[in-house]
Amino acid sequence: MLEIRYVWEIPVRVTHWINALAIVVLSITGLFIGFPYLIAGVDGGFVMGWIRFIHFVAAYVLTASMLARIYWMFAGNHHASWRAFLPWRTAEGRRNFIKMLRYYTFTGKQISYEVGHNPVAAVAYAGIFVLLIIQIVGGFALYAQYNPGGMMAASTAWILTLIDSQWLRLIHHAIMWLLAGFFINHVYSAALMDIKERNGTLSSIFSGYRYIEPKDL
Amino acid sequence: MKNDLDPMNAGEIPEEILRKWEAKGISRRDFIKFCTTMTATLALPLTFVPQVAAALEDKRLPVIWVEYQSCSGDSEAFLRANQPTAAEIILDIISLEYAEVIMAAAGHQAEKSKWVAMEKYKGQYLLIVEGAIPTGENGAYCTIGGESAVESAKKLIKNAAATITVGTCASFGGLPAAAPNPTTAVGVRDLVPGATIVNLPGCPVNADNLTATLVHFLTFGKLPAVDVLGRPKFAYGKRIHDNCERRAHFDAGQYAESFDDAGHRQGHCLYKLGCKGPEAFHNCPTIRYNEGLSWPVMAGHGCIGCASPGFWDTMSPFYRRLPQVPGFGVEATADKIGLGLVGATAAAFAVHGVASAFRKGDAMESDKVKKEE
Repeated sequence: MLEIRYVWEIPVRVTHWINALAIVVLSITGLFIGFPYLIAGVDGGFVMGWIRFIHFVAAYVLTASMLARIYWMFAGNHHASWRAFLPWRTAEGRRNFIKMLRYYTFTGKQISYEVGHNPVAAVAYAGIFVLLIIQIVGGFALYAQYNPGGMMAASTAWILTLIDSQWLRLIHHAIMWLLAGFFINHVYSAALMDIKERNGTLSSIFSGYRYIEPKDL
Repeated sequence: MKNDLDPMNAGEIPEEILRKWEAKGISRRDFIKFCTTMTATLALPLTFVPQVAAALEDKRLPVIWVEYQSCSGDSEAFLRANQPTAAEIILDIISLEYAEVIMAAAGHQAEKSKWVAMEKYKGQYLLIVEGAIPTGENGAYCTIGGESAVESAKKLIKNAAATITVGTCASFGGLPAAAPNPTTAVGVRDLVPGATIVNLPGCPVNADNLTATLVHFLTFGKLPAVDVLGRPKFAYGKRIHDNCERRAHFDAGQYAESFDDAGHRQGHCLYKLGCKGPEAFHNCPTIRYNEGLSWPVMAGHGCIGCASPGFWDTMSPFYRRLPQVPGFGVEATADKIGLGLVGATAAAFAVHGVASAFRKGDAMESDKVKKEE
Protein backbone atom coordinates (compact mmCIF):
# COMPACT_ATOMS: atom_id res chain seq x y z
CA MET A 1 0.00 0.00 0.00
CA LEU A 2 1.47 3.38 -1.04
CA GLU A 3 2.19 5.75 1.81
CA ILE A 4 2.52 9.51 1.78
CA ARG A 5 5.63 10.42 3.72
CA TYR A 6 6.71 13.88 4.87
CA VAL A 7 10.38 13.87 3.84
CA TRP A 8 11.63 17.42 3.22
CA GLU A 9 10.93 19.71 6.15
CA ILE A 10 10.27 23.42 5.67
CA PRO A 11 13.88 24.59 6.33
CA VAL A 12 15.13 22.09 3.73
CA ARG A 13 12.72 23.33 1.08
CA VAL A 14 13.14 27.02 1.90
CA THR A 15 16.95 26.88 1.87
CA HIS A 16 16.83 24.81 -1.32
CA TRP A 17 14.90 27.51 -3.17
CA ILE A 18 16.83 30.41 -1.66
CA ASN A 19 20.07 28.68 -2.67
CA ALA A 20 18.75 28.03 -6.17
CA LEU A 21 17.62 31.61 -6.65
CA ALA A 22 20.81 33.06 -5.15
CA ILE A 23 23.00 30.81 -7.32
CA VAL A 24 21.16 31.87 -10.48
CA VAL A 25 21.42 35.57 -9.55
CA LEU A 26 25.08 35.18 -8.53
CA SER A 27 25.94 33.36 -11.77
CA ILE A 28 24.28 35.93 -14.02
CA THR A 29 25.73 38.92 -12.18
CA GLY A 30 29.08 37.16 -11.76
CA LEU A 31 29.31 36.51 -15.51
CA PHE A 32 28.68 40.18 -16.09
CA ILE A 33 31.32 41.24 -13.57
CA GLY A 34 33.86 38.94 -15.23
CA PHE A 35 32.88 40.02 -18.72
CA PRO A 36 30.78 43.21 -18.87
CA TYR A 37 29.02 42.56 -22.17
CA LEU A 38 26.69 45.55 -21.79
CA ILE A 39 28.49 48.81 -22.43
CA ALA A 40 26.76 51.86 -21.05
CA GLY A 41 26.37 54.84 -23.37
CA VAL A 42 28.25 58.10 -23.10
CA ASP A 43 25.75 59.45 -20.59
CA GLY A 44 26.70 56.53 -18.38
CA GLY A 45 24.62 54.99 -15.67
CA PHE A 46 25.56 52.80 -12.74
CA VAL A 47 25.40 49.44 -14.51
CA MET A 48 28.44 47.76 -12.98
CA GLY A 49 27.75 49.44 -9.65
CA TRP A 50 24.26 47.93 -9.43
CA ILE A 51 25.30 44.53 -10.72
CA ARG A 52 28.08 44.29 -8.17
CA PHE A 53 25.66 45.42 -5.47
CA ILE A 54 23.19 42.67 -6.45
CA HIS A 55 26.05 40.14 -6.54
CA PHE A 56 27.16 41.05 -3.02
CA VAL A 57 23.61 41.06 -1.61
CA ALA A 58 22.94 37.65 -3.18
CA ALA A 59 26.26 36.45 -1.72
CA TYR A 60 25.12 37.38 1.78
CA VAL A 61 21.73 35.73 1.16
CA LEU A 62 23.43 32.51 0.00
CA THR A 63 25.75 32.59 3.00
CA ALA A 64 22.87 32.99 5.44
CA SER A 65 20.90 30.23 3.71
CA MET A 66 23.90 27.88 3.76
CA LEU A 67 24.46 28.55 7.46
CA ALA A 68 20.81 27.79 8.14
CA ARG A 69 21.04 24.57 6.13
CA ILE A 70 24.20 23.50 7.95
CA TYR A 71 22.41 24.13 11.25
CA TRP A 72 19.51 22.00 10.01
CA MET A 73 21.96 19.18 9.18
CA PHE A 74 22.17 18.73 12.95
CA ALA A 75 18.64 19.77 13.97
CA GLY A 76 16.46 18.32 11.20
CA ASN A 77 15.15 14.83 10.43
CA HIS A 78 17.43 12.06 9.22
CA HIS A 79 16.92 12.97 5.55
CA ALA A 80 18.22 16.46 6.27
CA SER A 81 21.08 15.21 8.45
CA TRP A 82 24.72 15.49 7.38
CA ARG A 83 24.77 11.69 7.49
CA ALA A 84 22.36 11.55 4.55
CA PHE A 85 25.03 13.16 2.35
CA LEU A 86 27.70 10.58 3.13
CA PRO A 87 26.23 7.24 2.00
CA TRP A 88 29.72 5.74 1.69
CA ARG A 89 29.98 5.51 5.46
CA THR A 90 28.03 2.23 5.57
CA ALA A 91 28.33 -0.99 3.61
CA GLU A 92 24.66 -0.75 2.67
CA GLY A 93 25.17 2.82 1.44
CA ARG A 94 28.13 1.73 -0.68
CA ARG A 95 26.09 -1.15 -2.13
CA ASN A 96 23.18 1.14 -2.95
CA PHE A 97 25.54 3.69 -4.49
CA ILE A 98 26.90 1.06 -6.89
CA LYS A 99 23.39 -0.12 -7.65
CA MET A 100 22.22 3.39 -8.49
CA LEU A 101 25.34 4.20 -10.48
CA ARG A 102 24.78 1.02 -12.53
CA TYR A 103 21.21 2.07 -13.19
CA TYR A 104 22.32 5.50 -14.43
CA THR A 105 24.98 4.00 -16.70
CA PHE A 106 22.58 1.41 -18.18
CA THR A 107 24.53 -1.47 -16.68
CA GLY A 108 21.87 -2.39 -14.12
CA LYS A 109 18.08 -2.45 -14.09
CA GLN A 110 17.41 -2.11 -10.38
CA ILE A 111 17.46 1.24 -8.65
CA SER A 112 18.10 1.61 -4.97
CA TYR A 113 14.73 2.60 -3.58
CA GLU A 114 15.04 5.39 -1.04
CA VAL A 115 12.73 7.59 0.98
CA GLY A 116 15.19 10.49 0.91
CA HIS A 117 18.17 11.13 -1.37
CA ASN A 118 19.36 8.37 -3.65
CA PRO A 119 23.00 7.60 -2.82
CA VAL A 120 24.50 8.94 -6.07
CA ALA A 121 22.57 12.19 -5.75
CA ALA A 122 23.58 12.48 -2.09
CA VAL A 123 27.27 12.25 -2.99
CA ALA A 124 26.77 14.89 -5.68
CA TYR A 125 25.07 17.18 -3.17
CA ALA A 126 27.95 16.74 -0.72
CA GLY A 127 30.28 17.85 -3.52
CA ILE A 128 28.05 20.82 -4.27
CA PHE A 129 28.07 21.84 -0.61
CA VAL A 130 31.88 21.82 -0.67
CA LEU A 131 31.98 23.83 -3.90
CA LEU A 132 29.53 26.38 -2.50
CA ILE A 133 31.58 26.79 0.66
CA ILE A 134 34.75 27.33 -1.42
CA GLN A 135 32.81 29.82 -3.53
CA ILE A 136 31.52 31.72 -0.49
CA VAL A 137 34.82 31.84 1.39
CA GLY A 138 36.84 32.64 -1.76
CA GLY A 139 34.30 35.22 -2.84
CA PHE A 140 34.50 37.04 0.46
CA ALA A 141 38.31 36.92 0.33
CA LEU A 142 38.17 38.73 -3.02
CA TYR A 143 35.46 41.11 -1.83
CA ALA A 144 37.47 42.00 1.29
CA GLN A 145 40.25 43.47 -0.86
CA TYR A 146 38.42 46.79 -0.94
CA ASN A 147 39.64 47.34 2.61
CA PRO A 148 42.92 45.51 3.26
CA GLY A 149 43.05 46.78 6.83
CA GLY A 150 39.54 45.56 7.69
CA MET A 151 38.26 42.63 9.68
CA MET A 152 37.02 40.70 6.65
CA ALA A 153 40.39 41.02 4.95
CA ALA A 154 42.16 39.95 8.14
CA SER A 155 39.98 36.85 8.54
CA THR A 156 40.41 35.80 4.90
CA ALA A 157 44.10 36.72 4.59
CA TRP A 158 45.15 33.08 5.08
CA ILE A 159 43.50 32.19 1.77
CA LEU A 160 45.58 34.69 -0.15
CA THR A 161 48.76 33.34 1.41
CA LEU A 162 47.81 29.92 0.03
CA ILE A 163 46.79 31.10 -3.39
CA ASP A 164 47.27 34.26 -5.43
CA SER A 165 44.13 36.37 -5.85
CA GLN A 166 44.22 35.92 -9.63
CA TRP A 167 44.15 32.12 -9.32
CA LEU A 168 41.37 32.47 -6.78
CA ARG A 169 39.41 34.46 -9.37
CA LEU A 170 39.98 31.69 -11.91
CA ILE A 171 38.69 29.13 -9.41
CA HIS A 172 35.68 31.37 -8.69
CA HIS A 173 34.85 31.27 -12.41
CA ALA A 174 35.52 27.54 -12.77
CA ILE A 175 33.24 26.62 -9.86
CA MET A 176 30.47 28.75 -11.34
CA TRP A 177 30.68 26.67 -14.52
CA LEU A 178 30.72 23.44 -12.51
CA LEU A 179 27.56 24.62 -10.74
CA ALA A 180 25.99 25.38 -14.12
CA GLY A 181 26.79 21.83 -15.22
CA PHE A 182 25.37 20.51 -11.96
CA PHE A 183 22.19 22.51 -12.53
CA ILE A 184 21.55 20.67 -15.81
CA ASN A 185 22.37 17.32 -14.22
CA HIS A 186 20.18 18.04 -11.20
CA VAL A 187 17.06 19.09 -13.10
CA TYR A 188 17.46 16.24 -15.58
CA SER A 189 17.96 13.56 -12.92
CA ALA A 190 15.06 14.83 -10.85
CA ALA A 191 12.77 14.71 -13.87
CA LEU A 192 14.06 11.27 -14.90
CA MET A 193 13.51 9.75 -11.47
CA ASP A 194 10.15 11.48 -11.17
CA ILE A 195 9.09 9.66 -14.35
CA LYS A 196 10.67 6.31 -13.51
CA GLU A 197 10.02 6.09 -9.78
CA ARG A 198 6.53 7.61 -9.87
CA ASN A 199 7.03 8.87 -6.34
CA GLY A 200 6.53 12.62 -6.74
CA THR A 201 10.23 13.51 -6.66
CA LEU A 202 9.76 16.82 -8.48
CA SER A 203 6.75 17.98 -6.48
CA SER A 204 8.35 16.89 -3.21
CA ILE A 205 10.69 19.90 -3.20
CA PHE A 206 7.59 22.11 -3.21
CA SER A 207 5.36 20.08 -0.89
CA GLY A 208 7.81 18.00 1.10
CA TYR A 209 5.81 14.79 0.47
CA ARG A 210 6.85 11.67 -1.41
CA TYR A 211 4.89 8.53 -2.23
CA ILE A 212 6.58 5.48 -0.82
CA GLU A 213 5.81 1.79 -1.15
CA PRO A 214 7.22 0.37 2.11
CA LYS A 215 7.52 -3.12 0.58
CA ASP A 216 10.16 -1.84 -1.86
CA LEU A 217 12.41 -0.38 0.80
CA MET B 1 45.07 71.87 17.38
CA LYS B 2 44.68 75.28 15.87
CA ASN B 3 47.16 74.63 13.11
CA ASP B 4 45.63 71.46 11.75
CA LEU B 5 43.96 73.07 8.79
CA ASP B 6 46.15 76.11 8.50
CA PRO B 7 47.94 76.16 5.14
CA MET B 8 50.52 78.45 6.66
CA ASN B 9 51.41 75.69 9.06
CA ALA B 10 54.64 75.02 7.22
CA GLY B 11 55.73 78.42 8.38
CA GLU B 12 56.43 76.80 11.69
CA ILE B 13 59.66 75.43 10.27
CA PRO B 14 62.28 77.41 12.20
CA GLU B 15 63.79 80.26 10.26
CA GLU B 16 67.36 79.04 10.73
CA ILE B 17 66.57 75.70 9.06
CA LEU B 18 65.13 77.48 6.02
CA ARG B 19 68.15 79.81 5.90
CA LYS B 20 70.52 76.88 6.06
CA TRP B 21 68.90 75.22 3.04
CA GLU B 22 68.82 78.52 1.20
CA ALA B 23 72.53 78.81 1.73
CA LYS B 24 72.84 75.42 0.02
CA GLY B 25 70.97 76.78 -2.96
CA ILE B 26 67.55 75.31 -2.20
CA SER B 27 64.85 77.97 -1.99
CA ARG B 28 62.62 78.00 1.08
CA ARG B 29 59.65 77.42 -1.17
CA ASP B 30 61.18 74.23 -2.58
CA PHE B 31 62.21 73.03 0.84
CA ILE B 32 58.76 73.62 2.37
CA LYS B 33 57.21 71.92 -0.65
CA PHE B 34 59.47 68.91 -0.19
CA CYS B 35 58.70 68.64 3.52
CA THR B 36 54.92 68.90 3.02
CA THR B 37 54.96 66.43 0.12
CA MET B 38 56.86 63.91 2.20
CA THR B 39 54.56 64.42 5.18
CA ALA B 40 51.50 63.95 2.97
CA THR B 41 52.96 60.86 1.26
CA LEU B 42 53.55 59.30 4.65
CA ALA B 43 49.90 60.05 5.47
CA LEU B 44 50.94 62.12 8.46
CA PRO B 45 49.04 65.24 9.57
CA LEU B 46 50.50 68.57 8.50
CA THR B 47 51.57 69.29 12.07
CA PHE B 48 54.44 66.88 11.45
CA VAL B 49 56.01 69.14 8.83
CA PRO B 50 58.35 70.95 11.29
CA GLN B 51 59.40 67.61 12.74
CA VAL B 52 60.20 66.30 9.26
CA ALA B 53 62.11 69.50 8.46
CA ALA B 54 64.12 69.21 11.66
CA ALA B 55 64.89 65.55 10.98
CA LEU B 56 66.44 66.40 7.63
CA GLU B 57 69.01 68.51 9.38
CA ASP B 58 72.56 67.44 9.89
CA LYS B 59 71.83 63.78 9.49
CA ARG B 60 74.32 62.13 7.26
CA LEU B 61 72.68 58.76 7.19
CA PRO B 62 75.15 56.34 5.60
CA VAL B 63 73.53 54.41 2.78
CA ILE B 64 74.89 51.51 0.77
CA TRP B 65 72.99 50.82 -2.44
CA VAL B 66 73.76 47.46 -4.05
CA GLU B 67 72.50 45.89 -7.24
CA TYR B 68 72.21 42.24 -8.10
CA GLN B 69 69.96 40.81 -10.83
CA SER B 70 68.59 44.15 -11.88
CA CYS B 71 68.17 46.44 -14.87
CA SER B 72 69.13 49.52 -12.81
CA GLY B 73 65.63 50.79 -13.45
CA ASP B 74 65.13 51.61 -9.80
CA SER B 75 68.38 53.58 -9.64
CA GLU B 76 67.26 55.44 -12.74
CA ALA B 77 63.83 56.11 -11.25
CA PHE B 78 65.43 57.52 -8.13
CA LEU B 79 67.88 59.70 -10.03
CA ARG B 80 65.02 60.98 -12.16
CA ALA B 81 63.22 62.18 -9.04
CA ASN B 82 62.79 65.20 -11.21
CA GLN B 83 61.94 67.97 -8.84
CA PRO B 84 65.69 68.47 -8.96
CA THR B 85 65.61 69.63 -5.38
CA ALA B 86 64.13 66.37 -4.12
CA ALA B 87 67.19 64.49 -5.29
CA GLU B 88 69.44 67.24 -4.01
CA ILE B 89 67.84 67.21 -0.61
CA ILE B 90 67.92 63.49 -0.30
CA LEU B 91 71.52 63.30 -1.51
CA ASP B 92 72.32 65.98 1.02
CA ILE B 93 70.81 64.22 4.01
CA ILE B 94 72.17 60.79 3.20
CA SER B 95 75.73 59.82 2.63
CA LEU B 96 75.68 57.47 -0.32
CA GLU B 97 78.72 55.34 0.39
CA TYR B 98 78.34 52.94 -2.47
CA ALA B 99 76.02 52.96 -5.48
CA GLU B 100 77.14 51.21 -8.64
CA VAL B 101 75.21 53.37 -11.09
CA ILE B 102 76.47 56.76 -9.93
CA MET B 103 79.80 56.26 -8.23
CA ALA B 104 83.05 57.28 -9.88
CA ALA B 105 85.15 54.47 -8.47
CA ALA B 106 85.42 51.18 -10.33
CA GLY B 107 86.82 47.70 -9.92
CA HIS B 108 88.65 46.67 -6.76
CA GLN B 109 88.69 50.25 -5.54
CA ALA B 110 84.88 50.39 -5.55
CA GLU B 111 84.61 46.98 -3.92
CA LYS B 112 86.95 48.08 -1.21
CA SER B 113 84.94 51.21 -0.48
CA LYS B 114 81.83 49.06 -0.01
CA TRP B 115 83.42 46.86 2.63
CA VAL B 116 85.15 49.76 4.30
CA ALA B 117 81.81 51.53 4.58
CA MET B 118 80.22 48.38 5.95
CA GLU B 119 82.85 48.06 8.67
CA LYS B 120 82.87 51.76 9.48
CA TYR B 121 79.10 52.10 9.84
CA LYS B 122 78.35 48.63 11.17
CA GLY B 123 74.81 48.51 12.54
CA GLN B 124 74.13 52.10 11.51
CA TYR B 125 73.95 52.19 7.76
CA LEU B 126 70.85 51.72 5.68
CA LEU B 127 71.14 49.10 2.98
CA ILE B 128 69.22 49.52 -0.25
CA VAL B 129 69.00 46.40 -2.38
CA GLU B 130 68.03 46.49 -6.03
CA GLY B 131 67.54 43.28 -8.03
CA ALA B 132 66.91 39.67 -7.16
CA ILE B 133 69.51 37.34 -5.73
CA PRO B 134 70.15 34.11 -7.68
CA THR B 135 70.69 31.19 -5.32
CA GLY B 136 71.15 28.45 -7.94
CA GLU B 137 74.55 26.80 -8.53
CA ASN B 138 75.88 28.24 -5.25
CA GLY B 139 75.15 31.75 -6.43
CA ALA B 140 77.34 31.48 -9.52
CA TYR B 141 74.81 33.34 -11.70
CA CYS B 142 75.68 36.70 -10.18
CA THR B 143 79.10 37.51 -8.75
CA ILE B 144 80.67 40.85 -7.98
CA GLY B 145 84.45 41.00 -7.57
CA GLY B 146 84.50 37.21 -7.35
CA GLU B 147 81.96 37.07 -4.55
CA SER B 148 78.48 35.71 -5.10
CA ALA B 149 75.44 37.93 -4.63
CA VAL B 150 74.21 35.50 -1.98
CA GLU B 151 77.33 35.93 0.18
CA SER B 152 77.59 39.67 -0.38
CA ALA B 153 73.90 40.33 0.33
CA LYS B 154 73.89 38.21 3.49
CA LYS B 155 76.87 40.08 4.90
CA LEU B 156 75.51 43.51 4.04
CA ILE B 157 72.01 42.74 5.38
CA LYS B 158 73.37 41.30 8.61
CA ASN B 159 75.42 44.41 9.38
CA ALA B 160 72.82 46.99 8.34
CA ALA B 161 70.56 48.95 10.67
CA ALA B 162 67.76 48.21 8.23
CA THR B 163 67.30 47.11 4.65
CA ILE B 164 65.08 48.67 2.04
CA THR B 165 64.39 46.65 -1.09
CA VAL B 166 63.66 48.76 -4.12
CA GLY B 167 61.69 47.26 -6.98
CA THR B 168 59.82 43.98 -7.26
CA CYS B 169 62.95 41.92 -8.02
CA ALA B 170 64.64 42.73 -4.72
CA SER B 171 61.35 42.47 -2.84
CA PHE B 172 59.88 39.25 -4.24
CA GLY B 173 62.24 37.98 -6.93
CA GLY B 174 60.41 39.77 -9.73
CA LEU B 175 61.30 39.03 -13.32
CA PRO B 176 64.40 36.87 -12.66
CA ALA B 177 62.23 34.65 -10.41
CA ALA B 178 59.42 34.32 -12.97
CA ALA B 179 58.71 30.79 -14.18
CA PRO B 180 60.77 28.76 -14.86
CA ASN B 181 63.19 30.79 -12.69
CA PRO B 182 66.37 29.33 -14.23
CA THR B 183 68.71 30.93 -11.68
CA THR B 184 66.54 30.15 -8.61
CA ALA B 185 66.31 33.87 -7.91
CA VAL B 186 64.75 35.10 -4.66
CA GLY B 187 63.97 38.41 -3.02
CA VAL B 188 65.73 39.62 0.11
CA ARG B 189 62.96 38.46 2.46
CA ASP B 190 63.42 34.88 1.25
CA LEU B 191 67.22 35.06 1.33
CA VAL B 192 67.45 36.35 4.90
CA PRO B 193 64.18 35.60 6.69
CA GLY B 194 63.65 37.74 9.76
CA ALA B 195 65.89 40.61 8.64
CA THR B 196 64.76 44.17 9.44
CA ILE B 197 63.43 45.04 6.06
CA VAL B 198 60.88 47.11 4.26
CA ASN B 199 59.83 46.17 0.74
CA LEU B 200 59.20 48.82 -1.88
CA PRO B 201 58.12 46.74 -4.86
CA GLY B 202 57.06 48.25 -8.17
CA CYS B 203 58.60 48.24 -11.58
CA PRO B 204 60.31 50.57 -11.05
CA VAL B 205 60.07 51.67 -7.43
CA ASN B 206 58.30 54.99 -7.08
CA ALA B 207 61.04 57.46 -6.13
CA ASP B 208 58.64 59.42 -3.91
CA ASN B 209 57.88 56.32 -1.86
CA LEU B 210 61.58 55.60 -1.43
CA THR B 211 62.27 59.20 -0.42
CA ALA B 212 59.32 59.13 1.99
CA THR B 213 60.59 55.88 3.53
CA LEU B 214 64.02 57.46 4.05
CA VAL B 215 62.42 60.57 5.55
CA HIS B 216 60.33 58.38 7.85
CA PHE B 217 63.47 56.59 9.00
CA LEU B 218 65.20 59.91 9.65
CA THR B 219 62.22 61.46 11.43
CA PHE B 220 61.21 58.56 13.65
CA GLY B 221 64.34 56.42 13.70
CA LYS B 222 62.47 53.36 12.47
CA LEU B 223 60.92 51.93 9.35
CA PRO B 224 57.26 52.66 8.53
CA ALA B 225 54.41 50.27 9.41
CA VAL B 226 54.10 47.48 6.84
CA ASP B 227 51.49 45.03 5.55
CA VAL B 228 51.77 41.22 5.43
CA LEU B 229 54.09 41.48 2.42
CA GLY B 230 56.41 43.89 4.23
CA ARG B 231 55.27 46.87 2.14
CA PRO B 232 54.72 50.23 3.88
CA LYS B 233 51.03 50.80 4.45
CA PHE B 234 51.27 54.47 3.48
CA ALA B 235 52.17 53.43 -0.06
CA TYR B 236 50.59 49.98 -0.49
CA GLY B 237 47.60 50.14 1.84
CA LYS B 238 44.99 50.92 -0.81
CA ARG B 239 43.89 49.13 -3.92
CA ILE B 240 44.67 50.86 -7.20
CA HIS B 241 41.12 50.21 -8.45
CA ASP B 242 39.59 52.02 -5.47
CA ASN B 243 41.57 55.21 -6.04
CA CYS B 244 41.62 55.09 -9.83
CA GLU B 245 40.58 58.16 -11.76
CA ARG B 246 38.74 55.88 -14.21
CA ARG B 247 36.75 54.20 -11.42
CA ALA B 248 33.58 56.17 -12.19
CA HIS B 249 33.62 54.68 -15.69
CA PHE B 250 33.97 51.19 -14.21
CA ASP B 251 30.91 51.66 -12.01
CA ALA B 252 28.99 53.30 -14.84
CA GLY B 253 29.69 50.35 -17.13
CA GLN B 254 31.77 52.30 -19.64
CA TYR B 255 34.73 50.31 -20.93
CA ALA B 256 37.36 50.59 -23.62
CA GLU B 257 37.29 47.36 -25.63
CA SER B 258 40.37 47.97 -27.74
CA PHE B 259 43.21 50.45 -27.65
CA ASP B 260 41.80 52.45 -30.54
CA ASP B 261 38.05 52.58 -29.92
CA ALA B 262 35.84 55.49 -28.96
CA GLY B 263 35.69 54.35 -25.32
CA HIS B 264 39.47 54.43 -25.06
CA ARG B 265 39.62 57.91 -26.56
CA GLN B 266 37.06 59.08 -24.01
CA GLY B 267 39.11 57.73 -21.13
CA HIS B 268 36.80 54.87 -20.20
CA CYS B 269 37.76 52.06 -17.83
CA LEU B 270 40.48 49.64 -19.03
CA TYR B 271 39.03 46.64 -17.17
CA LYS B 272 38.17 44.73 -20.35
CA LEU B 273 41.67 45.33 -21.68
CA GLY B 274 42.99 43.29 -18.77
CA CYS B 275 43.71 46.04 -16.24
CA LYS B 276 44.87 44.47 -12.94
CA GLY B 277 43.98 47.52 -10.85
CA PRO B 278 41.32 45.51 -8.99
CA GLU B 279 43.98 43.17 -7.54
CA ALA B 280 46.94 45.53 -7.17
CA PHE B 281 47.92 47.59 -4.13
CA HIS B 282 50.00 50.70 -4.72
CA ASN B 283 49.56 54.46 -4.43
CA CYS B 284 50.09 55.08 -8.18
CA PRO B 285 46.71 56.81 -8.70
CA THR B 286 47.38 59.38 -6.00
CA ILE B 287 51.15 59.91 -6.17
CA ARG B 288 51.76 58.90 -9.81
CA TYR B 289 55.24 58.61 -11.32
CA ASN B 290 57.76 61.24 -12.29
CA GLU B 291 56.66 63.83 -9.73
CA GLY B 292 52.97 63.41 -10.31
CA LEU B 293 53.18 63.61 -14.09
CA SER B 294 51.38 60.38 -15.00
CA TRP B 295 51.02 56.68 -14.33
CA PRO B 296 50.09 53.74 -16.60
CA VAL B 297 46.30 53.89 -16.31
CA MET B 298 46.34 57.66 -16.78
CA ALA B 299 48.42 57.13 -19.91
CA GLY B 300 45.82 54.68 -21.28
CA HIS B 301 47.34 51.29 -20.43
CA GLY B 302 45.94 48.89 -17.87
CA CYS B 303 47.77 48.16 -14.63
CA ILE B 304 49.89 44.98 -14.72
CA GLY B 305 50.11 44.66 -10.93
CA CYS B 306 53.89 45.13 -10.96
CA ALA B 307 54.10 45.60 -7.16
CA SER B 308 52.60 42.17 -6.43
CA PRO B 309 54.67 39.05 -5.68
CA GLY B 310 55.06 36.88 -8.75
CA PHE B 311 53.24 39.37 -10.95
CA TRP B 312 54.92 38.19 -14.13
CA ASP B 313 53.29 34.79 -13.70
CA THR B 314 50.02 35.56 -11.93
CA MET B 315 49.02 38.84 -13.56
CA SER B 316 49.65 37.64 -17.11
CA PRO B 317 48.21 37.59 -19.73
CA PHE B 318 48.41 41.33 -19.20
CA TYR B 319 45.60 42.05 -21.65
CA ARG B 320 43.12 39.61 -20.14
CA ARG B 321 41.38 39.68 -16.81
CA LEU B 322 42.06 36.07 -15.81
CA PRO B 323 45.15 33.87 -15.87
CA GLN B 324 45.61 31.17 -18.49
CA VAL B 325 43.93 27.88 -17.62
CA PRO B 326 46.80 25.39 -17.20
CA GLY B 327 46.85 22.69 -19.88
CA PHE B 328 44.73 24.56 -22.40
CA GLY B 329 45.74 26.56 -25.47
CA VAL B 330 46.44 30.27 -25.60
CA GLU B 331 43.01 31.14 -26.96
CA ALA B 332 41.06 29.13 -24.39
CA THR B 333 39.77 31.33 -21.60
CA ALA B 334 38.24 29.97 -18.42
CA ASP B 335 34.79 31.01 -19.61
CA LYS B 336 35.11 29.41 -23.04
CA ILE B 337 36.16 26.15 -21.38
CA GLY B 338 33.28 26.50 -18.91
CA LEU B 339 30.78 27.08 -21.68
CA GLY B 340 32.12 23.98 -23.46
CA LEU B 341 31.74 21.97 -20.26
CA VAL B 342 28.14 23.06 -19.84
CA GLY B 343 27.39 22.31 -23.50
CA ALA B 344 28.92 18.85 -23.20
CA THR B 345 26.91 18.19 -20.02
CA ALA B 346 23.68 19.23 -21.72
CA ALA B 347 24.45 17.04 -24.74
CA ALA B 348 25.34 14.04 -22.57
CA PHE B 349 22.11 14.28 -20.59
CA ALA B 350 20.06 14.76 -23.73
CA VAL B 351 21.45 11.47 -25.06
CA HIS B 352 20.88 9.86 -21.66
CA GLY B 353 17.30 11.12 -21.68
CA VAL B 354 16.55 9.66 -25.11
CA ALA B 355 18.07 6.33 -24.10
CA SER B 356 16.10 6.35 -20.83
CA ALA B 357 12.86 7.08 -22.64
CA PHE B 358 13.23 3.87 -24.68
CA ARG B 359 14.33 1.85 -21.72
CA LYS B 360 11.97 -0.95 -20.72
CA GLY B 361 11.13 -2.58 -17.41
CA ASP B 362 12.42 0.06 -15.02
CA ALA B 363 9.19 1.96 -14.32
CA MET B 364 8.16 1.37 -10.72
CA GLU B 365 4.75 0.68 -9.19
CA SER B 366 3.40 -0.35 -12.61
CA ASP B 367 0.94 -2.70 -10.95
CA LYS B 368 -0.64 0.27 -9.17
CA VAL B 369 -1.19 2.39 -12.26
CA LYS B 370 -4.86 2.72 -13.15
CA LYS B 371 -5.83 3.61 -16.68
CA GLU B 372 -8.15 6.59 -16.96
CA GLU B 373 -11.12 6.40 -19.26
